[in-house]
Amino acid sequence: MNESMTTQPGQTLISIKQLGKRFSNGFEALRGVDLDISEGEILALLGPNGAGKTTLISIICGIVTPSSGEVLVNGHSIIDDYRITRSMIGLVPQEIHLEPFTTVWKTVCYSRALFGKPSDPAYIESVLKDLSLWDKKDSIIMALSGGMKRRVMIAKALSHQPRILFLDEPTAGVDVELRQGMWKTVDRLRSNGVTIILTTHYIEEAEESADRVAVINSGEILLVDEKDALMRKLGKKTLVLNLKTPLAAIPDSLAEFELQMSDDGLELVYEYDTQRERTGISSLVQGLLDAGIGFRDLDTRENSLEEIFVDLVRQDS
Amino acid sequence: MNWRGVKAIYMSEMGRTIRTIVQSLVSPVISTSLYFVVFGSAIGSRITDIDGVSYGAFLVPGLIMLTVLTNAVSNAAFGIYFPKFLGHIYELLTAPLSFLEIVLGFVGAAATKSLVLALIILLTATFFVDVRIEHPWWMITFLVLTCISFSLLGFIIGIISNNFEQLQLVPLLVITPLVFLGGSFYAINMLPPLWQTISLFNPVLYLVSGFRWSFYGIGDVSIFASLAVVVAFCIVCLVVIWSIFKSGYGIKQ
Ligand SMILES: Nc1ncnc2c1ncn2[C@@H]1O[C@H](COP(=O)(O)OP(=O)(O)OP(=O)(O)O)[C@@H](O)[C@H]1O
Ligand SMILES: [Mg+2]
Repeated sequence: MNESMTTQPGQTLISIKQLGKRFSNGFEALRGVDLDISEGEILALLGPNGAGKTTLISIICGIVTPSSGEVLVNGHSIIDDYRITRSMIGLVPQEIHLEPFTTVWKTVCYSRALFGKPSDPAYIESVLKDLSLWDKKDSIIMALSGGMKRRVMIAKALSHQPRILFLDEPTAGVDVELRQGMWKTVDRLRSNGVTIILTTHYIEEAEESADRVAVINSGEILLVDEKDALMRKLGKKTLVLNLKTPLAAIPDSLAEFELQMSDDGLELVYEYDTQRERTGISSLVQGLLDAGIGFRDLDTRENSLEEIFVDLVRQDS
Repeated sequence: MNWRGVKAIYMSEMGRTIRTIVQSLVSPVISTSLYFVVFGSAIGSRITDIDGVSYGAFLVPGLIMLTVLTNAVSNAAFGIYFPKFLGHIYELLTAPLSFLEIVLGFVGAAATKSLVLALIILLTATFFVDVRIEHPWWMITFLVLTCISFSLLGFIIGIISNNFEQLQLVPLLVITPLVFLGGSFYAINMLPPLWQTISLFNPVLYLVSGFRWSFYGIGDVSIFASLAVVVAFCIVCLVVIWSIFKSGYGIKQ
């Protein structure tokens, strides 16, 4: 079971070709997905609920069988050479699945053994320490908190020293502290050359961690891009102004801002680009004051993923 | 072969038994002892010898089979159903393990447990009745084959069950009647002719008969018929499991 081919950083490590999945109920969860993932990169799979992220990951890891297309990991087919490909991969699934009655130490060692690796207590110790689980090593899984269980899931995925790590929504239901700890772990792994694929609903999360972002919706990859390029495209925000008194019409002096007004005339909406040098907010506020329009409250929000998808699909066609 | 993986599954399954030692070993021993007291001593003293064997001694092979069959099935069924139910089966599917290796781990453990249980019950029986074993090698062969084949059956039940009711229903509705009607407590020539014929379609009869023959040299059917049935049963189970894994039914989408 040797990994005959080795790749250099930047070379394609996972190659997904025309991958399709139709479930037994006839639902088509993936439609001809093409995606190349390079050695050593962090790729974020960004997409709304039901986009097919988990399905894609599950196929690569061996949980779901593909209906069409193929996946090569380091040049090996995930079907014909599953032993080679699976030994290279660690998976942290979206949901926590742990045997409740065993201990942290035992379950992590068990995972390593399933992958056919000789036991290595020193390595397991270092994994548990990195994830702040060392003092819990003899605890029964059942007695751990949700966040600790999630860390145990990560420890299990890392137990066999994988070259590729899949993190399916690693930050779902995780507090800020653990989230930061998790990104530290990701950074450390990445500097050790581990290729990481993570899924997320949140643009900020992709922004924070990834080198490249693939946007997936309804089983199709809409675009794959370097993160920085993508943020420029997607980094729009919305400013909502609640007015003191209803407005009949938007004054001409504010025309350049392309404001939207609600029907009752009590709300003005301004869309701006966070990546630009000047967002135009201060001149808008000045313009409002000059026009004698007072506002009670203001609120900004990130463009929702849905809006971004609408944008993307519109740009596509 | 990923032997480390097989060993990991095997040891983890054995560990589960040790955690639940009372359920796994003590309670079958107590219940079989009660059978010996009630049927062997209390009622058995009123029953004449069967083919020159006292009723208490006659019961021993049948009772061992009864326990082995039900425990092999429930151990293996629960062993694989549990990770399926709780979702940690994902680990087995993502590991570099073949279907054969997964089966070997789970079925090996379930069969080992049933074998140990059988030996403990045999030992317990010697406290109540005079047990003699005329053909020890045949006895071991039968026991091992039975442990394996019914663990395989349990594995199948565990995989195709979608809830706890189904998991318990098959053993309750199928295994227990087959065992009770399979001559555990009587020789089939004690039955009316029609029921004798019907009994010949019960695979468990062949197991009990072959097993009893290895103890006392008496059986309802020939030892080779018994051997053929248990081997055939084993093969059928293996084929079913192989096709389940091939299609992914019950575990993979
Ligand atoms: N076993 C299954 N049978 C039928 N349909 C399924 C099955 N598993 C998933 N699906 C469907 O496939 C689609 C993609 O699901 P998937 O879990 O891959 O989405 P996701 O991108 O991971 O979503 P989320 O962000 O909610 O985790 C969904 O519409 C889902 O309902
Ligand atoms: Mg998902």
